[in-house]
Amino acid sequence: MSRKDREYEAVLSGVIVEEQSALTLIEVSRACAVEVEWVVELVHEGVIEPGGGQQPDWIFPGRQLRRALTARRLQQDLGLNLAGVALALQLLDEIAELRQRLEVPDSK
Amino acid sequence: MQFKDYYQTMGVARDATPDDIKRAYRKLARKYHPDVSKEPEAEARFKEVGEAYEVLRDPDKRAAYDQLGADWKSGQEFRPPPEWGARSAAAGPTDFSDFFEALYGRGTPGGSGERTRFNLNGEDQHARLVINLEDAWKETTQTLTLRSPEFDEQGRVTLRERTLNVRIPRGVRPGQHIRLAGQGASGIGDGKRGDLYLEIGFRQHPLYRIKDLDVYLDLPLAPWEAALGASLKLPTPDGTVELKVPPDTPAGRKLRLKGRGIPANPPGDFYAVAQIALPPASDPAATAVYRQMSEHFHAYNPRAGLGV
Repeated sequence: MSRKDREYEAVLSGVIVEEQSALTLIEVSRACAVEVEWVVELVHEGVIEPGGGQQPDWIFPGRQLRRALTARRLQQDLGLNLAGVALALQLLDEIAELRQRLEVPDSK
Repeated sequence: MQFKDYYQTMGVARDATPDDIKRAYRKLARKYHPDVSKEPEAEARFKEVGEAYEVLRDPDKRAAYDQLGADWKSGQEFRPPPEWGARSAAAGPTDFSDFFEALYGRGTPGGSGERTRFNLNGEDQHARLVINLEDAWKETTQTLTLRSPEFDEQGRVTLRERTLNVRIPRGVRPGQHIRLAGQGASGIGDGKRGDLYLEIGFRQHPLYRIKDLDVYLDLPLAPWEAALGASLKLPTPDGTVELKVPPDTPAGRKLRLKGRGIPANPPGDFYAVAQIALPPASDPAATAVYRQMSEHFHAYNPRAGLGV
C-alpha cells in the first residue's frame, strides 16, 4: 500500500483550539507563524486580550487565536499597519453583530 | 492550459504604471479578501488577483508576460513554447495556476545543485472546512483535500496533494478551529511537521439559524393553535421533538427548548419563534368563519399600540 493510500484511510482526531483555555504567547505566535514581538504589539494595540498577569505569563483564551490569525492575514494581504488592522477588526465585529441581528432579529 | 489575462483580472490597461497596478491590487484585495468579503466567490477571486499581482508587480515577470503579445484572450487554449523550461524561478512553493507555473516554474530554493544540510520545522497550515449544521450534533468524519508544500531530500519544494479524513467532534460551532498536530507543512531535514488548523464553518440551513450556541427556528402556527394552545411536533437538528405551545402565544414569542442547541459543554438552547399562518379565505365556508370571528371580536383593535 502506498503512503498516500494509508493516509487516506486513517482518521485523524484533533482538538478544538477555542476550548483549550490556555495558550501561551509562544503558542499563539507559532500558530500565526510570526515573531513573538508581533503578538506583543497586537496586545498593545488592544486587538487581542490576554489573561494571567504580566507579559511572560500571558495566557490567551483559545478564541483570541482566531482574532490573531485574522489580524495577520489582513496585515499581510492588504498592507495595513496594526492600527488599521485593529480598526478593520472592530468594524468586522460590528458587521458580524448586525448581520446576526438581521438574521435572528429577536435574539438580542 | 488556459491563457490568463492578468491585465483584465486587475482591470488595468496594458501600459498601466506600477502605481496604477498597486492601487488596483489594493482595491481588489480589500474587496475580495476572504476575511472581509461576503461575495460568494471571494476566495477564488482573491487568489486570481494575487496571482495577477505577483506577475505584474515584478518588472521581469511582467516583461516575460508582455512578450506573449496582446492578442491572447482570457481562457484561450495556451501551449507554452518548448524553449521555456522554467525561465525564472519563483520563490518558494506557490498555489498558482498551471499557466503561472508554465511561465515561471515552481522554483527551487537554494538551487537544485547545492545540498545544504539543515533542519527547519515545518510551517503551520490553515484551511477552512464547511460542514452541515447537523454534523455538530453527531461525531462525523469529513474528507478534505489539501495541497501542501513538501521538501524532498534535495531540499526542493513540490506541492503534494493530500487527502485527509478528519473526525469532527460533537458540539463544534462556526468559527472554531480544530488543530491537527503534525499535519501541517513538512519540515526540512530533522525538522518537525507543522500543525494543521481547520476553521469550521456551517453551510446555510433552510430552516435553522445559529447564534452562538443557540438554534432558532421559525415555527408557523394556525391562529387557533396560537390562541388555544397546542401540542405539536417540530424538527430540531437532533430529530423531531414534541412542543407544548401555551394558549395566547403571540407572533414573535420565543419558545425555548432548554439544552437542545449546539451540544457543547454547556449546551445551547433551541428557540422556536412563533409565526401566525393564516388559512386562505378561499371558499364561502372559510369566508363565513372569518366573518363570524370579525363579528365576535368587533372590539378588538390589533393596532391599538399605534395610537390610531
